[in-house]
Amino acid sequence: MTETEQPPPLAAHAVGVPTRRLDGPAKVSGTAPYAWEHRLPEPVYVHAVQAGIARGRIVRVDTAAAEAVDGVLTVLSHRTAPRLADTSDHELAILQGPEVGFRGQIVGAVLAETPEAARYAASLVRFAYEEEPHHTELRDDSPDTYTPAKVNPSFPSDTEQGDPEAALKEAACTIDATYRTPMQFNNPMEPHTTVAIWEEGDPEDPSASPLLTLYDSTQGSHTVRTTLAPVLGLGAERVRVISPHVGGGFGSKGMPHAHDVLACLAAKVLRGRPAKLALTRQQLFSLAGHRTPTVQRVRLGAEPGGQLTAISHEVLEHTSRVKEFAEQSAVATRMMYASPNRRTSHRLAALDVPVPSWMRAPGETPGMYAAEVAMDELAEALGLDPIELRKRNDPTQEPETGKPWSSRHLVECLTTGARRFGWDQRTAPGARREGEWLVGLGVASSTYPGYAMPGSEVEIVHRGSSRYTVRIGAADLGTGTWTVLSQIAADGLGVAAEDVRMEIGDTAYPMATVAGGSSGVSSWGSSLLNAVRAFRDQYGDEPEAGARVRAGYPENPARERYAVHSFGAHFAEARVNAVTGEVRVPRMLGVFSAGRIINPLLARSQFIGGMTMGLSMALHEEGVFDHTTGHVVNQDLADYHVPVCADIGDIEAAWLDEEDFVSNPMGSRGIGEIGIVGSPSAVVNAVYNATGIRVRELPLTPDKLLGE
Amino acid sequence: MKPFAYERAGSVRAAVTAAVDDPGAVFLGGGTNLVDHLRLGITHPGRLIDVSRLPLEDVEELPDGGLRIGATLRNSDLAAHPLVRTRFPVLSRALLAGASGQLRNAATTAGNLLQRTRCRYFQDPTTPCNKRDPGSGCSALTGYTRQHAVFGASEECIAVHPSDMAVAAAALDAVVVTTGPEGERRIPVTELLRLPGDEPQRDNTLLHGELITALEVPPLPAGARSGYRKVRDRASFAFALVSVAAVVETEGGTVRWARIALGGVAHKPWRATRAEDALAGAPATEESFRRAAEAELAAAEPLSGNAFKVPMARRTLTAVLSDLTAEEPQ
Repeated sequence: MTETEQPPPLAAHAVGVPTRRLDGPAKVSGTAPYAWEHRLPEPVYVHAVQAGIARGRIVRVDTAAAEAVDGVLTVLSHRTAPRLADTSDHELAILQGPEVGFRGQIVGAVLAETPEAARYAASLVRFAYEEEPHHTELRDDSPDTYTPAKVNPSFPSDTEQGDPEAALKEAACTIDATYRTPMQFNNPMEPHTTVAIWEEGDPEDPSASPLLTLYDSTQGSHTVRTTLAPVLGLGAERVRVISPHVGGGFGSKGMPHAHDVLACLAAKVLRGRPAKLALTRQQLFSLAGHRTPTVQRVRLGAEPGGQLTAISHEVLEHTSRVKEFAEQSAVATRMMYASPNRRTSHRLAALDVPVPSWMRAPGETPGMYAAEVAMDELAEALGLDPIELRKRNDPTQEPETGKPWSSRHLVECLTTGARRFGWDQRTAPGARREGEWLVGLGVASSTYPGYAMPGSEVEIVHRGSSRYTVRIGAADLGTGTWTVLSQIAADGLGVAAEDVRMEIGDTAYPMATVAGGSSGVSSWGSSLLNAVRAFRDQYGDEPEAGARVRAGYPENPARERYAVHSFGAHFAEARVNAVTGEVRVPRMLGVFSAGRIINPLLARSQFIGGMTMGLSMALHEEGVFDHTTGHVVNQDLADYHVPVCADIGDIEAAWLDEEDFVSNPMGSRGIGEIGIVGSPSAVVNAVYNATGIRVRELPLTPDKLLGE
Repeated sequence: MKPFAYERAGSVRAAVTAAVDDPGAVFLGGGTNLVDHLRLGITHPGRLIDVSRLPLEDVEELPDGGLRIGATLRNSDLAAHPLVRTRFPVLSRALLAGASGQLRNAATTAGNLLQRTRCRYFQDPTTPCNKRDPGSGCSALTGYTRQHAVFGASEECIAVHPSDMAVAAAALDAVVVTTGPEGERRIPVTELLRLPGDEPQRDNTLLHGELITALEVPPLPAGARSGYRKVRDRASFAFALVSVAAVVETEGGTVRWARIALGGVAHKPWRATRAEDALAGAPATEESFRRAAEAELAAAEPLSGNAFKVPMARRTLTAVLSDLTAEEPQ
């Protein structure tokens, strides 16, 4: 056996048990430190000052009033801030010049003894601008759209198989519809927070460079380090990032953003005093990434029996002129259903808007919304049950690559869900009314790639008496990493989970890849089991106390031979008020095929959390952009709506009993994102079934469903 | 936020005196709106006079069967009060349709009436707003108008009043009792809150330093029914797109009288007097309700972003009147 082969399939003992989260007691007692809460001596508070125009140049800065506020230490602007070593990432290169790329961009900061003084003084910093005309609106006919070189993370922008245009012309039944989704914002409960301490090197030793310590709210401590170190001109080994607990990220903490750089610049100025920076809720709307709005034209051609003959999915999105991010919205369409003719494409309009980024299942979420509503429209046009339509187009192998599936159980998810949900009670559109309420049922498929990333390392230390410490810089966003990794380690080491002490969330521990793309546990767990094997190889079954080993990610050539994806089926019941247009969703069910479920208790939370976020996308979330001012006007949680408890009824997640050892030695696939994918479509399709009204622009607010 | 002085008032008289003497003073009730404004930099008072602990928390039954409700009573306690629930269900339902449980536990009677608009531009000091900064212009007029007024707006301001309770109070002909620099006075809620006109910075007709001490609700005849219905973007914790408060008395299939206020459509609770006139003496049928609603909504002046409020208000008002006059109360 060589080190690069996969460890053997894991025998489950602790894995599969609904273990409560290990960090739960610390969180409910308020003792789990989030980034802001680490106790540090003599902190200085940093408040960002944001651009008041969407495009132009700063020509004058007046900081006098701000500097006069009691407790203010200094005010930073592009004139006074330290220089960065690398300014090639224009999102991160703040305070380096007078240019303004979007309204809300960081153009200054106040450093003060209290957060109140910093915030108040920030409101007193005055800028004069040379304003240029800005363009912020994504339109169907947006000029100057372009084809990105690739879409996130590295897919081709366009693909084509066969002759979709000819097939659409010849198809017995076609659908040609355009779907629109608005700008959406991740809005984790914990706003983005960074505390930075910049300690100058030893003046007696010119070779010792500064040491930077960050307490950051991030999905990847090592990602923050490797991204920021070159920007700041430091060696990676001189940057430490500590992040044991994170209050949600949903992708927005997957990469460091401009506020991280601001905290570091402030810390550099402060020379040793901690610089504490927490974004306000309002600031998240311009500084923490967002999901692009999309305009998606979907065309389907089918035979009378429902077999798809053509699929075309053309996506228009925005990106920021400051930095490109191309959401891969049509990528799931490349593998979802069988069809001999297929086209997918992505076009971008580069606008004077904040920088878009990852938001839970980037690509799959908006793309599958459009594609799965189009499938519902096709079923309706064919007079076919939507589940039957999906069954008839279930491909035996991955359509574009011809690879076999490591596991494809979409049909089983659909049929299992149909039985549990009472799908046979679905009526014709608009046919079921209870008092003022129109009632309908909807279904949609889900999918998400079974990603795993190489690069993670794990250290195992035997503390004696079969008790172990396991170290990796992995992140727990509230998802359960602490707990789940201890379960995997316990089974690998053949001990009880209580005998494993996890140490995560710190670059002082071995390298961990980002908690993104639902890849965390697959990536970290694979390396963990590889380290277990290395430990046994080196120390046998009776190691001495102090025995330790460190190992990396095992190569997994089987992954190259197979298409590894998760699947699911979403069901929703919608009730639409015939008087007011208000929508309620009393029931949702998701049935998932996601490999072995490592912790059913925590998995359920992930699934129903994703489904809730999907309902939110269907009914509530909309960043309203004012194209005159150039900013999102509903920039708080009073007006940027997400569901409240009263919006969520009976919500259930179920999963198939399966193991996927192509995916990884745990037999699992990631589950952080599949819950959201497709769930908006199930709600939208249920609303159609209730009302007979097909709304193709999200969210489905009451005004869009109101009668005359 | 800008530093300010804070003091707790020991009596109504002391609170009023302190405020009258200081043009930069404001009263602090439950703080659910004012504290947000301090954080956001919308308002910069020099002094907060905390009136939330003044002993004005009673619900007192008046000899005529009406109620006198203390100004500092918390919204949740008011909504749950047995006399309110049995005699004025419209008021209880309106309160419970507002905000969230936590906010209702903090918010006061007077503070609820005096809360300020949630217009996005008013709440964002980086944008022009005539209400926040008179003369600076109205950003909403050319911007996001979905939440804004369809009645009684001006070129200066198209904001709406956010309260649910105030809509019910307007339909009930409720009156606030105040103590001010000129002594005590009584102001109907419909006159306390005002339309923006060319002074959108003024939400109400109170004088500086004038403190609301109570809300008085006159009695309803035994046969009157009242109700409140709110249409919103999610099931709870959202401001009204449109709301309807109605009180109606019927006799033998005929409407004797109705009092109706609409919320979410104007700078103040909008008394639907055209609808009220159309209903007096009309048969209690869905047809007359629809006509009455049409008579009111015909006067609406919607913008492109909020035209939906016209059919939404018409349909909701019709449904509320039908429910209230149904043989079996629903």
